[in-house]
Formats: sequence, structure tokens, C-alpha cells
Amino acid sequence: MSPVLAGVLQLLALVATLGLSYRPLGDHMARVYSSERHLRPEKWIYRAIGARPDTGMRWPAYLRGVLAFSAVSVLFLYLLQRAQGSLPGSLGFVSIDPDQAFNTAASFVANTNWQSYAGEQAMGHVVQTGGLAVQNFVSAAVGMAVAVALVRGFARTRTGELGNFWADLVRGVVRILLPISVIGALVLVACGAIQNFSGIHEVGQFTGGTQQWNGGAVASQEVIKELGTNGGGYFNANSAHPFENPNGLSNLFEIYLILVIPFALTRTFGRMVGSLRQGYAILGTMAVIWLGFTALMMWTEFAHKGTAFELAGGAMEGKETRFGIAGSSLFAVATTLTSTGAVNSFHSSYTGFGGGLTLLGMQLGEIAPGGVGSGLYGMLVMAVIAVFLAGLMVGRTPEYLGKKIGTREIKLAACYLLVTPALVLGFTAVALALPTPPHSMTNSGAHGFSEILYAYTSGANNNGSAFAGLNADTPWFNATIGLAMLLGRFLPMVFVLALAGALAEQRPVPVTAGTLRTEKPLFAGLLVGTIGIVTGLTYFPALALGPLAEGLAA
Amino acid sequence: MNHSVGNTGRLLAAGLRALLVLTLVCGVLYPLAVTGIARLAFPGRANGSELRDADGRTVGSSLIGQTYLAGDAPDLRWFQPRPSRGLGTNSANTRYDLVLSGATNRSGDNADLIGWVTDAKAAVVRDNSVAGHTVRPEDVPADAVTSSGSGLDPHISPEYARLQVHRVAARNGLAVARVDRLVAAHTDGRILGFIGEPRVNVLELNVALKELADRQ
Repeated sequence: MSPVLAGVLQLLALVATLGLSYRPLGDHMARVYSSERHLRPEKWIYRAIGARPDTGMRWPAYLRGVLAFSAVSVLFLYLLQRAQGSLPGSLGFVSIDPDQAFNTAASFVANTNWQSYAGEQAMGHVVQTGGLAVQNFVSAAVGMAVAVALVRGFARTRTGELGNFWADLVRGVVRILLPISVIGALVLVACGAIQNFSGIHEVGQFTGGTQQWNGGAVASQEVIKELGTNGGGYFNANSAHPFENPNGLSNLFEIYLILVIPFALTRTFGRMVGSLRQGYAILGTMAVIWLGFTALMMWTEFAHKGTAFELAGGAMEGKETRFGIAGSSLFAVATTLTSTGAVNSFHSSYTGFGGGLTLLGMQLGEIAPGGVGSGLYGMLVMAVIAVFLAGLMVGRTPEYLGKKIGTREIKLAACYLLVTPALVLGFTAVALALPTPPHSMTNSGAHGFSEILYAYTSGANNNGSAFAGLNADTPWFNATIGLAMLLGRFLPMVFVLALAGALAEQRPVPVTAGTLRTEKPLFAGLLVGTIGIVTGLTYFPALALGPLAEGLAA
Repeated sequence: MNHSVGNTGRLLAAGLRALLVLTLVCGVLYPLAVTGIARLAFPGRANGSELRDADGRTVGSSLIGQTYLAGDAPDLRWFQPRPSRGLGTNSANTRYDLVLSGATNRSGDNADLIGWVTDAKAAVVRDNSVAGHTVRPEDVPADAVTSSGSGLDPHISPEYARLQVHRVAARNGLAVARVDRLVAAHTDGRILGFIGEPRVNVLELNVALKELADRQ
């Protein structure tokens, strides 16, 4: 069998397994977020928090919950790293410096998982398992909570209430993320991922002597790293490390984990707004973009344009033998079209166009299918923009899901759209204009520019993958990427929740002959076009200076 | 004013309590439960898939690539792995000598990478051309001259393994056909016929080769 055919079959296997879990998982999540019942462990948790889970919150209260929980999380994770040197169970590793500790705390709370440290030599068991892995769960649950609040904004009328943040947070963890993680972690261990609490120990080698290994609760962290679209590796090499991703099957399983919740949330959305077909339209839009990117990525990586790759006879630099070109390309697209940022191969050593695709995937706003929660709310904001554009064309007040998209709604959607590009392009421009930041580049010319553009794109979009040639462990990059991650995560959430509040207050608009049918393929096409135009107008000049210049020169 | 400060304080306290409870659930109970089950069900894999040779000596992990050197140069008796130029050394916590996984992160037009690939190709051709068997540059597969993502790739492609057969046979005084069969026996196909890529585990192959050579 040719590698290309094997790649296509792996893609089809992914489509099939995602399809099989779409209905049960999507419906399960809809029940979780609509149920009136509380499980017993959840009641204990609410009592410990001191929360009343049945109290409905208006958008400002919901937002205050998100921000308070996240602020406490940043502070806790920062202090945990700063105290690592004195904590037991830390393998004797030293405390993390303030700039790096801030960067890492911001990174994991913002669901980005950008890493300016090398896991195996910096973070002990306590920080990895008790700090970073916990944020993998809760930052994902926060994203899902905000998405569900927006969906409720569409579904509810004449109320300002969007649900209870604490209940949504706890349910997301207890009823969705934890059960899948337990099963998934065991699947990964069965494939060969490690799961222990060993200290650093010596293991014999073939030619004599020993090598030093550190143990760790790797499988349990790996599974939620993918499932929660987090992406922070236990080891420096992330999912390229054989202890995180031991074989082709674990690789395909990890790609599945990355995609399963973001895709299934469109079903949850359809259920909750009372029209499954509205969910299918969003799903179709996401799937078209994902499949298109995957096809392009496989094509360019198999074609291996670039001096070094042509010399080598294949683009295998930075890729593992057991995954090959196909398994690596599938992973690279899934990780950058969601907010994951885990890597099983190193994007900096992709072909010029391949690297450009990973950048562009993030710049779409990570909405195809996007991060857990953030993908859905990002896509719904795009849908609001699309109905607005359609409304302009026919001269009608735009509506979406029975809600008027008026001045207030469109302003909030536009603000949402502007945040990330402003952060990405602003920080990139400043970093390049200053004398020292460019010293961090490994490659020069167009690729060096891409390293910095990639870093801020990844940070502000909460992806976390890197053109890792960039030495990002400097005070400048730690501080600015840390800020980009926090602002890129929480400012959009402010606009999303405000939008949700505005929508929930409205009375429904009856469907008439003139209503744009947003459940039809035509609308999905319009949505794809809108995403393309908005992203293209925003990022084309920057992409032309980086990956396009490199790809055309090859 | 005082009212809102009190509110903010109460909210932050609730956030802290939520974080602590969820840390207990997701950061303590969950990993301990998974570790417990994993140790019972898959003890070898949970601890790193350690591999022993015929004498019962631990020779590493079947998942972690090693180097097979004589001094600084490749020991040509053994099958050689892929280059691993992305591997790092401890820069923090230097009391340890941990293997630091990683990639080179060089782009296709990078002068370093072009030089490394050129040199690696020349070395593979030189090392594997033995009397009566010449390796041509176009026979060298891509994995033989490029570094992997982790720097710890335990595998090479079947093409690269077969390319080394003549050399390994000559250096160990074995018949080429015998070593060929050894490589074939250690070649894993795609899982279920289409998942992943065909590959040869270098450590497992070398352990078997050593056994064969010792029996000779």
C-alpha cells in the first residue's frame, strides 16, 4: 500500500469514528448542560465551593465567575511553580523563574499551553500533575461553559439569564472530560504511553552505560491534553515523544481525541437551539475547512518542496518514522485548526506551504472545528458576521436563529473579531522593530519572520504550538506572549458573553419567507466564504512576507 | 465601594475553593486511579517498555531510540538509527544528565540542514558500501539522513534497515541472507494494514543480531 493511500484511509477512519461518536456525545453534552439534576459528587463540590448551582446568572455575573476562577488559577499555578524548589515530589527540580512562571501560568489557564520550558528538565510531578494537568481539565471546561452560555443566549428569550457558571464548570469536568479521560488514558497506556510516579532513574543501554529517564503520569495528562485541546507536552518533544505517543494507533487516537468534542458540540448546539439542522450547517462548514486543509497539507508534504527535503528525498525532518508524512500531516492540521497546539512533528521543518497552512489554520480563529467550546463560539460569531453580510446584500435586518442581529450584536461580534489580529500583528510588528527580540530566531529571512509571526499567532489564538526554532524563553517573549495569551483568551470571552446576554433578552422574530435559511448548504458556503475573506484581508500581507515568500522561493 | 470589594473577595474565595476541589479531583484522585489500574493491567508498558537481552540485562526501552557508537563514530557492527541532531542536554537542573527530547526546527532552505543532510547522505553511502555491494545516493531513504521530531525515534524505515544489511553481515561475519531474514522478521507493517508506517525497531533488531552473532 502506498503511503498516500494509507494516509487517505487513516483520514477516512477518523471521519468514520468521529461520525460514530457525533450523535451520542453531542446529545450527552446537551443533556449535561440542560439537566436539572445534580450528581451526588457534584453536590459535594458545590458545597465546598459555596455555590448555588440552580441560580441563573446574567452575563456580567457569569463573566465575573469566569474571570475570578481564571485569575485565581493563574495566581495558584504561578505560585506553585515559584515554590517548586521547596515542594516534595518535585524530583529535586528548582523553582521556575518569575517571567517563565508567569508565561506558563497564563498559558495553561488560557488553554494555550505554549511552553517556553522543556518539560522533562523543568517541571516535577507536583507541578505537572497537580498544576498543569488540572488546568488542562478546567480551562477546557471554562471554554465549553462559555460556548454553552452563548448557545443559551440564542435558545432563550426574554430573559437575561445564561445559566450558572459553577454548575457548567463542574459538570463539564465531572460528566464529560473525566469519564472520557479515564478510558482514553488506559488506551494510551495499552499502546505504550508511560504512567508512573518514578523518580529520575538510570536504565541500561545496549552498548553499555546507562541513560537517565524521568517517570511521570504521562498517559493521564496526554489524554486530557488532546481531549481538552490544550496541547502542553509532558516532554519537550510533545506528542512526538514515544512515551507520549508510542505508535500509529495512539497517534490516530490522539487526533480523534483532539477533534471529537469540538465537532460533537455542533450537535449539542443544534439540540439546544431546537434545530439539529442548524447544527449540521455549522458542522458542515467546519468539516469542509478541515478536510480541505488536510488534503492540502498531505499534498505539500508528500511533494516535499525545499532544498534540504529534495536532497533527502522526503520531508522527514522533524517527523517520526512510525507516523510518517501522512500521520504527521493529519496531526498538524488537527492541532492548528483547533486550539490544541500539541505536535507529533515539528512544524518549523514542514515545507514552506505546509508551515503556512499551520499558521493560516490558527489565523482562521481556530474554528474548524476549533478548541473545545472556543471553536463553537468562534464559529457562531462568524455566523453572525455572515448573516450580517447577507443582510447588507439584500437590505434586510439580519436575523440568526430567530434573533435580530442589531447594532449592539454586530458591534460585539466585530470587537470579538478584532482582538486577536490586533494582538498578533501588533506584537509581531513591535518584536521585529525592536533590536533584541529577533536574536531569538534560529532561521533567517522569511522563515525567521514566520517564527515570530507564528509565536504571536499561536499565543493570541491560544494554540500553543510553535515554529520552535524561536528561543522564546527570554523575558520579552515570556512577558508579551503571556499577555497575548491572556488577552486573546479572555477579551473575546467578554464579547461573547455580552453578545449572549443581548441575545437572551430579545423576543423571538418569527420566521418568514424573507428569512435567510441558515440551516441550508448555501449558508454554510456563505460562512466558509466569510471566514476566508475576513482572514485573508487580515493576514495576507503578513503571510506574504513569511511562508508565501518561502514557499514560492522553494 | 466596600460592598463591591466584599463581593469581589467572596467571588475570588469561591474561585479558589473551586480550584482546590477540582485540583483534588483532577490532579490527585484521577491520576492515582489511572496509575493504579495501569500498573495492574499493563505493568511493563506503564513503566516504559523496558527491554532485556538474552542474558536478562536491561538494554533500554523498545520505545526510546539509542545511539550505537564506538567512541564518537557509529559502531558499524550494529544497525544504525536515524540522526538525532535535535536532542538537547540539561540546561536547567544540571545535576541530572537527562536526555532532552527535541527536533532541529530547521527549515527546508536552512543552510545548516542542507549541510547535515548532504553529510549524512555521504556517510550512509560510504559506511554501507562494502566489497561487492555499492550503495548509490539515490538508494538512501529520507529517514536515514533526517532527524526525527523527538530525537528519540526508536525506528528506521525497512528500506534503511535493508540498506544496512550487507555492511552488518560483513562486520559480524554473518551470511547476508541470514541478516536479511532477521530484518524481515523485525519489520512491522502498518497496524491493521493502514495505520502508521512500516518500520523496524533498531534496538530489538540489534538485540536479536547480537544473539545471532554470539551463537556464531
